[in-house]
Amino acid sequence: MALTKAEMVEQLHEELGLNKREAKDLVESFFEELRGALERGEEVKLSGFGNFQLRDKNERPGRNPKTGEEIPVTARRVVTFRAGQKLKTMVEAYVGPEPA
Amino acid sequence: MTKSEFINLLASRQEHLPLRDVEASVKLMLDMMGDALSGGERIEIRGFGSFSLHYRRPRTGRNPKTGEPVTLEGKYVPHFKPGKELRERVNEHAAS
Repeated sequence: MALTKAEMVEQLHEELGLNKREAKDLVESFFEELRGALERGEEVKLSGFGNFQLRDKNERPGRNPKTGEEIPVTARRVVTFRAGQKLKTMVEAYVGPEPA
Repeated sequence: MTKSEFINLLASRQEHLPLRDVEASVKLMLDMMGDALSGGERIEIRGFGSFSLHYRRPRTGRNPKTGEPVTLEGKYVPHFKPGKELRERVNEHAAS
């Protein structure tokens, strides 16, 4: 099971009393405004959760793993997420199945 | 942009909802996301990305001040993988 938008909509409806339409619009806008800000080149800091940052990567040599053919990986801008201290601490307390 | 600036932006695009509802909603969504991850559950948002946990093996670190070895337990750390739409929009915009 994974947390999805549908579950967030349900909780906003149940816990905050937003109607289903409002809740759905808000959850959609939340992720759309995050995408929009990052698209405009603006980083977003959500204190307690983490920061969405941007990194400009230079072109670098790469190869097609199937054919071994050399093709450059073009310069690109990528999104990175740095978890905040609160989230890190919460997650560290999780004792999961230890992967080998 | 900070969380409160983000909340104001979100509220300005949702004129039918008062600011306090937007604030409470953002808080609830972030709490749900934190709770999911700290319970070992993934988060999957199509077009935005997915959050999961990555395992860090136990290792021997050092106290940077004294140089003494310290045993560090294995732990989980949050990881975000951007989705296709987010990757493309961020990169296309940067290129133009």
